[in-house]
Amino acid sequence: MSSLTSALPPAQGTGARIARWSLYLILLLFAAYYLLPLLLMIATSFKSPEEIRTGSLLSLPRDFSLDAWSYAWNRACIGADCRGMAPYFLNSLVIVGPAVIISTFFGALNGYALTKWRFRGANIVFGMILFGSFLPSQVILLPMAQTLGFLGLAGSAGGLILVHVVYGLAFTTLFFRNYYVSIPDDLVKAATIDGASFFQIFTKIMLPLSLPILVVTIIWQFTQIWNDFLFGASFAAGGAQPVTVALNNLVNTTTGVKQYNVDMAAAMIAGLPTLVVYVLAGKYFIRGLTAGSVKG
Amino acid sequence: MTLQTPSYRPAAGEEAAPGSATPPKSGGLRALAQRHLSKLVVAPSFAAILLFVYGFIVWTVYISFTNSKMLPSYELVGADAFSKLWRIERWYVAIENLLIFGGLFIGISLIVGILLAVLLDQRIRGEGALRTIYLYPMALSFIVTGTAWKWILNPGIGVQQFVRDLGFPGFTFDWIVQQDTAVYTLVIAAVWQSSGFVMALFLAALRGVDQEIIKAAYLDGASLPRIYWGIVLPSIRPVFMSAFVILAHLAVKSYDLVVALTGGGPGYASDLPATFMYEMTFRRNQIAIGSASALMMLATVVAIIVPYLYSELKGGKRV
Repeated sequence: MSSLTSALPPAQGTGARIARWSLYLILLLFAAYYLLPLLLMIATSFKSPEEIRTGSLLSLPRDFSLDAWSYAWNRACIGADCRGMAPYFLNSLVIVGPAVIISTFFGALNGYALTKWRFRGANIVFGMILFGSFLPSQVILLPMAQTLGFLGLAGSAGGLILVHVVYGLAFTTLFFRNYYVSIPDDLVKAATIDGASFFQIFTKIMLPLSLPILVVTIIWQFTQIWNDFLFGASFAAGGAQPVTVALNNLVNTTTGVKQYNVDMAAAMIAGLPTLVVYVLAGKYFIRGLTAGSVKG
Repeated sequence: MTLQTPSYRPAAGEEAAPGSATPPKSGGLRALAQRHLSKLVVAPSFAAILLFVYGFIVWTVYISFTNSKMLPSYELVGADAFSKLWRIERWYVAIENLLIFGGLFIGISLIVGILLAVLLDQRIRGEGALRTIYLYPMALSFIVTGTAWKWILNPGIGVQQFVRDLGFPGFTFDWIVQQDTAVYTLVIAAVWQSSGFVMALFLAALRGVDQEIIKAAYLDGASLPRIYWGIVLPSIRPVFMSAFVILAHLAVKSYDLVVALTGGGPGYASDLPATFMYEMTFRRNQIAIGSASALMMLATVVAIIVPYLYSELKGGKRV
């Protein structure tokens, strides 16, 4: 992965140096554009309401205060429930954990079956599964709400887990399928000749080779499900709502004085898990985003 | 969002050997069971998709032909909901907003993303750090993004007030509270969130271009901008297609950002089809009309996606 232009000789002279400097200037300006909203959020979350009113948008907090964070975490009112973001944060964790694991597991199995044991129509099956990743969720909202009602899962974490597993399958299957396609079939062929079974080959040969795509898929699913709002808002009742829904309720509560520092702290609380994952495993996140896109 | 260029190798001898690794048929019962295991393993997922994707689409189509109001009714009344939908002024506002928002969001994201990718491709020191900074908004929920931008764009405390305090008391930047400009604030926030993704996409593609071609063109005396414009960008044309498809379907599906940033307001001035659908179905007790509008969204996405998926899956030329 080297730069396209690395094959060329470096340009010389004053003109080239000016071009170089302006290049860096442009890149840094863009960096500022992307960073500023986050920095503003962080700075504001550490300010007092007093300071937000009187101070400037861009100023750093004078008296560094964690009050807004602790208030947002366990005292802020989400609707009539004044326990802060903490219980909703927990809800999100409870939903994300099983949903990620189950959808990733099925994705791996599907990818394996669809590439290494191709049956007639595998192509069509994959195409039909893949379409699910583009489906506008609005089309399934009402039937899903009804179905969850029939199943007795309406408003519960279990219902949301089911929803996220089902609509995550398209992505997880895609990731594993595209990854397994590039693993030589001869590996599987040799193992079958040695008498290894379908599942033995999966657990002994494929899974040990799957670490990179496993990480990509888990991070992708974690980010998607943690950040989901529509399903959470549609299918979770009051106390079972995920953190994004709680954040939206908190910010759009119209009663009382607007506490922008609390809003920003709450937004940071909702955003931190995915941000941390991104910072720690960014390259996997990028790989998930661009999965398979540059093979052409 | 992800994107896919599934690379299918054409299977040799489709009929006899469904998969290149399939054991020979002479393997007896065990091989037979093994061969069917593959289908059995995919079956639960496929059944779930059949029901929860395709079954539910049919369900929604059915509902849209009823007169469902607050609760779904299953009495067919014909295409009433559709003709009603197309008589609602608010629906036209949502459609018009989608065209404005979608067009600007796709266009600006592409321009910014490609520009950043090309600039980052010039042997930049600290490229990794810059890339991380450009892309991190993609990791955030639109609700978080919307909360931040709502506050930045708030005339009383955000950018407008900031510039006024700097000594320009006449400065006005109140798009978010104006009927005819609120939709543009959606573009600002959405571009901020997604342009880094376009950058990552194109940067990866640029790194895949054959360096020899560049070198040859350079030795022929072509300037760097001309090399990019004339040779490099045309050679990664498929990526334009992918990026367009991804961004377009994101635009059609946009919901969270509208809710968090403008709430569809002022009034319903910044409604998009997704918020219109939610409003009709869950707040206005117009389930049939809501379903009809959801199907319009689906039709739009299908029109974008299906030709794309078809060419990707059937292509077979790319490996």
